[in-house]
Amino acid sequence: MQQPLLLFIGDLRGDSMHNIAPLNWRKFPERYLLKGNYCEVCKQAFFPPRPICPNCRRKGKLIQMEMPRQGKILSYTKVHVPPEGFKNEAPYYLAVIELENKAKVLSQIVDSEQEKIKIGAKVKKVFRQIGEPDKYGTITYGYKFKVIQ
Amino acid sequence: MTAGIVGYGIYVPKLRIKVSEIERVWQKSSGGIGVNEKAVASIDEDACTLAVEAARRGIEDFSIDPKRINAIYVGSESHPYAVNPTSSIVGDALGTTNKYYAVDMEFACKAGTAGMQVCYALKKARMIDIGLAIGSDTAQSKPNDALEFTAASGAAAFFIGDKKDEVIAEIESTCSYTSDMPDFWRRPKAEFPEHTGRFTAEAYFKHVIGAAKMILEETGYRADEFDYAVFHQPNGKFPLKAASILGIETKKVEQGLITPLIGNTYSGSTMIGLASILDIAKPKQKILAVSYGSGAGSDAFIINTTDNISDRRAKVPVLEMIKEKEYIDYALYLRHRRKIKSL
Ligand SMILES: [Zn+2]
Repeated sequence: MQQPLLLFIGDLRGDSMHNIAPLNWRKFPERYLLKGNYCEVCKQAFFPPRPICPNCRRKGKLIQMEMPRQGKILSYTKVHVPPEGFKNEAPYYLAVIELENKAKVLSQIVDSEQEKIKIGAKVKKVFRQIGEPDKYGTITYGYKFKVIQ
Repeated sequence: MTAGIVGYGIYVPKLRIKVSEIERVWQKSSGGIGVNEKAVASIDEDACTLAVEAARRGIEDFSIDPKRINAIYVGSESHPYAVNPTSSIVGDALGTTNKYYAVDMEFACKAGTAGMQVCYALKKARMIDIGLAIGSDTAQSKPNDALEFTAASGAAAFFIGDKKDEVIAEIESTCSYTSDMPDFWRRPKAEFPEHTGRFTAEAYFKHVIGAAKMILEETGYRADEFDYAVFHQPNGKFPLKAASILGIETKKVEQGLITPLIGNTYSGSTMIGLASILDIAKPKQKILAVSYGSGAGSDAFIINTTDNISDRRAKVPVLEMIKEKEYIDYALYLRHRRKIKSL
């Protein structure tokens, strides 16, 4: 009985996008606050959170942990041909960032002059729109990073 | 201890467009509005991300535990959703608990100060520990409309509490002057606001002066007893004229006059000005703050700094923070503000 209703809504693409909202929601702690986890046995932090410690396996003891908001660029690239949905933001920089607790994050770099984006540059987390599937679906928010020195 | 401000944070996006660049495109003068350039949110920013960034700075600079925030009111005329609150996104993004009162507010440019009044009242009623009131806007304006010269993006977050060692400025009194005067509006499906030109000035002065006189009458203070004053600043001129009507010296208004440098940040306007005053105010100084929202109303506040302000300050003052900027031309401005039809 879903089909006739959908016709009234008029935008089938929008409807399929709505199914993403609950999946997105489960990732809010990760995207909004950089919540990863930390193994109390081997003392290593993980981001995104791991279901099981890759070092200690069954003997590991993982707890949820907010990652530090600062880190440094380990590696970066300039994206000219972006995936679907990021066309209007291109070209943009993507970087692998090592946070202060050694956990690694892949993130877009924003608000930073080209000459400041380099390996070793200190970066800080900012809160930005990550994307919107269309004019009808939910807006996705999350972390991006900017160079602070 | 009287309830008051325990911290504040400001966020102004990095992009700027010069008013002269807008004048170049439309081949007309902005007409001496006293604004040099305006801050522009980038394509991945909106009133919600601005609000989060402003509040985050306040949390960091004033060592506020987000778990103590029991109320979040976000005032804006550019909430990213028509339905679905900005305030709950802000709460989750700051890492609050789930125990907080929250609602989005809208009253043109004064919804942020209305949030301050609500937090202040909740604090006085002992219903919250710390309340967070935010004014945030990515102000919209139709290309080639007079508003385009000034409509800017920015946010201010004020934390209201009453712990003796935390309050940097007590709110001594607040009141509102309100009437039905439609000088600026946006209908539900309209993309840009409409306004009535000069009638806006009439509405502005009626309410700003009305609220200022009301609070002076209620408290018995004279206008010249204040060390600083800040008014809503749709342009660089109105606040100075309001001060002169009230008999307040120009130099007392200058520290909080930020619109000439970043444009009119709407719900953020009065609050960013107030933050700039708190950046430099000494203990035991008196501040008069009056916002204005079209439609129309003004919220007036009498704010007294405490001894705590000597060592509880924002790490980067407003006037310093806004120096971090990157100029864009009109074409990039259209791209970032999604004014190109296909975006
Ligand atoms: Zn382990």
